[in-house]
Amino acid sequence: MAQRTQNAGLMKLKLIGLILCLFAGTSVFAEGEAEAGAEKFDAGKTIVEHISDSHDWHILGKEPHAVSVPLPIIVYNKERGLSMFMSSRFEHGHKAYAGYVLRENKIEAVNELEEIPAEQATVSEELTAATYDISITKNVFSLLVSIVIMLWMFMSVAKSYGRRQGQAPKGMQSLIEPLVVFVRDEIAKPSIGKKYEKYMPYLLTVFFFIWINNLLGLIPIIPGGANVTGNIAVTMTLAIITFLITTFSANKNYWQHVFAMPGVPVGVLVLLTPIEILGVVLRPFVLMIRLFANITAGHIIALSFFSLIFIFGEMSTGLGFGVSVLSVAFVVFMSMLELLVAFLQAFVFTLLSAIYFGAAIEEHHHDHEHGDAHVEEALLI
Amino acid sequence: MLSSILLEAGNLGLGYGVAALGAGLAALGAGVGIGRIGGSALESIARQPEASGDIRANMILTAALVEGAAFFAMVVGLLVVFKS
Repeated sequence: MAQRTQNAGLMKLKLIGLILCLFAGTSVFAEGEAEAGAEKFDAGKTIVEHISDSHDWHILGKEPHAVSVPLPIIVYNKERGLSMFMSSRFEHGHKAYAGYVLRENKIEAVNELEEIPAEQATVSEELTAATYDISITKNVFSLLVSIVIMLWMFMSVAKSYGRRQGQAPKGMQSLIEPLVVFVRDEIAKPSIGKKYEKYMPYLLTVFFFIWINNLLGLIPIIPGGANVTGNIAVTMTLAIITFLITTFSANKNYWQHVFAMPGVPVGVLVLLTPIEILGVVLRPFVLMIRLFANITAGHIIALSFFSLIFIFGEMSTGLGFGVSVLSVAFVVFMSMLELLVAFLQAFVFTLLSAIYFGAAIEEHHHDHEHGDAHVEEALLI
Repeated sequence: MLSSILLEAGNLGLGYGVAALGAGLAALGAGVGIGRIGGSALESIARQPEASGDIRANMILTAALVEGAAFFAMVVGLLVVFKS
């Protein structure tokens, strides 16, 4: 079963290609027809809009009549200071407010301080460069929701361990305990070794953070549906933390293996050392890309199937209804797979982090073991 | 001659086609790789069912590493698309 999911990751890539081909075909076909009338449905734009961060939480409807939840905008400008207001003030980018406009999901500073239509406002490059956007965006809001969920989960579990000492786990405990034991016995102990306890807090945090955010991303309505773990900034932060812990807990043995692999002739070292140094940086980089690409691909798949409905619906209404049955069936199927991928990606990220920590604190081996160690290290890139 | 061909290719937007080809080849390579991993893992589980837990964990890990290589190809493909 696990193997099937791994294949699914690749299947997704292929499917994306297939679907994009379909889109390319239909858009060329559609261009020839009826240019007058309502705006054409742009699948690529819709998908990118949904997987990227935004300043309001779009629920349903199209532009002038869209229903969305406004989110707080917090902007700091070196000259103007801190401004806080709701994103509904921008009226979906049609108005300038307090000296700022929203253009293509980016906040830009304008010269006029009063409320005027966005078209009349003049954007000031200097002021925009001095503006820092620290708004509670869709992703940030979703992160806060996941924090609340995790705090509630773990505090209630911790409390029940105090209350129910010596008894069998009950309720939320029965969900959390096997997962914690799983992370300890299947991930931390085999890959780190004796000193695993020091790394357990981070491993558990990163495991539950990725897993819960992946699951929240699968829920189509508020407060889910934000692409948090499919945001490269979030995965980069996680990868950097793993990189920092690896670097700071690394012992002499680790650095020796990076800069001067023992038992290797000097001529080979000239070649090997740059590769090893590259490998140190490459590992967190791949960690970042893997989580980002997997989760984003999952979101794109679901949105692509839904976009098919609208693409065919533009050709004829009946065709749209016909395709919608197929689309929904496929989305349900892919969502089942995504449930597994959500867990698997959390597992893989935690496992690889643990293996890097293990490699960093590994003690010196005897010479006959070196051969194996090298093969293992080469694999880990 | 080569430069004129490359120029022509740029005008036609062949970068997209080449990027798609690259993505396809990467998927092919990763597919073969992960298929081999899965096949061998199943074989070893059939030989030694009591070690299936260990084998499964290692299988997922190795498959994730192969997937990483495929993602590199994907990133390069994306860069080509954004450049062309």
